[in-house]
Amino acid sequence: MESFGQNIFLVHPEITLAVGAMLLLMIGVFRGDGALKLLSWIAVAVYGVAAVFVTILPADRLTAFNDLFVTDGTARFLKLVIYTASAISSVIAIAYLQRRNINRFEYPILIMLATTGMSMMVSANDLITLYVSLELQSLALYVLASIHRDNAKSTEAGLKYFVLGALSSGLLLYGCSLVYGFAGTTNFEGLRTVLHATLEQPPVIGVLFGMIFVIVGIAFKISAVPFHMWTPDVYEGSPTPVTAFLASAPKVAAMGLMLRVLFDAFGGLSEQWRQIIMILSALSMGLGAVAALGQTDIKRLLAYSSIGHIGYALIGVAVGNHESISAVLIYLVIYMFTTLASFLCVLAMQRNGDQIEDMSELGGLAVRQPKLALAFTLILFSLAGVPPLMGFWAKFYIFKSAIEFGGLPMTLLAVWGVLTSVIATAYYLRIIKIMWFDKSSQDFDKPDYLVNDVLLTATTLFVSPLGWIFLGPLQAAAMLAARALIGSA
Amino acid sequence: MIQALAFYLFASITVIAGMMVISAKNPVHSVLWLILAFFNAAGLFVLLGAEFLAMILVIVYVGAVAVLFLFVVMMLDINFEELRKGFYTYLPFGLLVGAVLLGELAIVGLGWVTSDHAASLSRMPAPANVTNTQALGQILYTKYVYVFQASGLILLTAMIGAIVLTHRTRGGVRKQNIGEQNMRQPSDATALVHVQSGEGL
Repeated sequence: MESFGQNIFLVHPEITLAVGAMLLLMIGVFRGDGALKLLSWIAVAVYGVAAVFVTILPADRLTAFNDLFVTDGTARFLKLVIYTASAISSVIAIAYLQRRNINRFEYPILIMLATTGMSMMVSANDLITLYVSLELQSLALYVLASIHRDNAKSTEAGLKYFVLGALSSGLLLYGCSLVYGFAGTTNFEGLRTVLHATLEQPPVIGVLFGMIFVIVGIAFKISAVPFHMWTPDVYEGSPTPVTAFLASAPKVAAMGLMLRVLFDAFGGLSEQWRQIIMILSALSMGLGAVAALGQTDIKRLLAYSSIGHIGYALIGVAVGNHESISAVLIYLVIYMFTTLASFLCVLAMQRNGDQIEDMSELGGLAVRQPKLALAFTLILFSLAGVPPLMGFWAKFYIFKSAIEFGGLPMTLLAVWGVLTSVIATAYYLRIIKIMWFDKSSQDFDKPDYLVNDVLLTATTLFVSPLGWIFLGPLQAAAMLAARALIGSA
Repeated sequence: MIQALAFYLFASITVIAGMMVISAKNPVHSVLWLILAFFNAAGLFVLLGAEFLAMILVIVYVGAVAVLFLFVVMMLDINFEELRKGFYTYLPFGLLVGAVLLGELAIVGLGWVTSDHAASLSRMPAPANVTNTQALGQILYTKYVYVFQASGLILLTAMIGAIVLTHRTRGGVRKQNIGEQNMRQPSDATALVHVQSGEGL
């Protein structure tokens, strides 16, 4: 039995975020909506403090609060990624929100509460923690999606997200109760012990049903096909900075939760869930590549692109060994930065203070704003996975782990992955062609927000070959994190 | 003996109140009958030794949900005569659904009664000398304190969300400013006028 002090020490990052959110709320209540900028920057500082707490946590696997909470290498890795994405998402929104008169001071606070939920998600060690943390995250995201409440599309996005999110939560809870009913425990370690014992004979059908429902519930959150329906509409309708946030941190957190559930709780049933994950992966890659071809709205296109990317990451989950899990973690980091960078480019597409979403409006960007066009081109090439950019390495490690795993189904999945990324390259190239070769359309607004430009430059440099400097340390960290996850199995 | 008497009293009143909920002409009366049904169901829970559920039923269902129903019924202008029109048309269908449900319950009940090891599954061993409210409190604030606090954060998020999405500053609203009221001097509102007798103002 751990002491109370030890428990508190292990959840320090989460406590920091929760207390930070309340602190921001107090400042916001007294200073009003004008404090948005101040609060956003304080939020960045809070994420920084929480990240410091994460780094001083011990690297071993430790549980707290009667095994409801676990911290290990995987959790620490993912938490740092999530805090980075949240911090970036908080500050890139300021100018957008102010210009549209939706500068509610609650914006960074909701992001921080969502981040608290995500941080708890990747540290979940019990079905109850899983559900509560997922709800904390989702509830904040529903509000963020409809924060532009005078805009019909934004409210529609929020409502749609809410209804489908509630549905997925229902499925998840149903699965949890089935698993609990058949296994007799909600604790992940307990589940692994119990479900391991049934490996000799086929597992009880009720447990399988429960597991499938839990996977479906999480598949909704990572928007894997066929549970992706909400993604394009929500991405299109939400204000652009919110979309940037939705596409980055929550995806990383939900993937982290998926890894936790599959390897910690259902580690003994890997033969059973592998097929499900492979099918989700193949469908996501296929739809992500094909459905995006006909899009004209850049946000919808990026939504389909994110569906496809989740498919690639799921290959690594299906393989399920050290190399593949570290490949998934690397993929998530690179995906997170590239996505944020691509949405920073979309944020730069403003005319007379309006967000431009039609792709054809990018025409002649190479002449009008060559720097932006160059950055966007690099980012799109990276999303497509063209060497020598970082997106290539992300995909490379995933496919490599799948091929090394061997077996016909996994090899076919890898081949299918390569094929779909070739198809997907077509629509990334289309945007690049519009920017460099089509006739010029009207100018966008002059970029007047320094932070966004700095962040865009930094993320672009990260995805460019210069990012290779980070590849070594990133690989080492991801390997450590993967060992923490699988080594415990 | 007394327990059996109490059970039949609570059970029969619950059933009668339930019937009255759907047969009362006035919807407000329906809600009041519903409250009676809730109270008697709470009584049944007490008889089962589940006093926490009984309290929750009274506090949540009577205290909040039924009152909400009353508000809705009273404030919305619903023509209940209109709603009642198709009653006999839909009666066979309703009876059918009811019969299916009853059949399913009967199957579950029969299975439970005839099963050999049902008794061993029926409940967790109850800790001695601890009421279930105490037991819940002990586990909620110790073992599950982490998720308990997280639930608090969820409620905070919900509250912030509700305010963000619905609160707007409206023009033309007169607000009470207590400080201003207290600072108000007699000279701000009254004027002392010297009136000549017999002349008026």
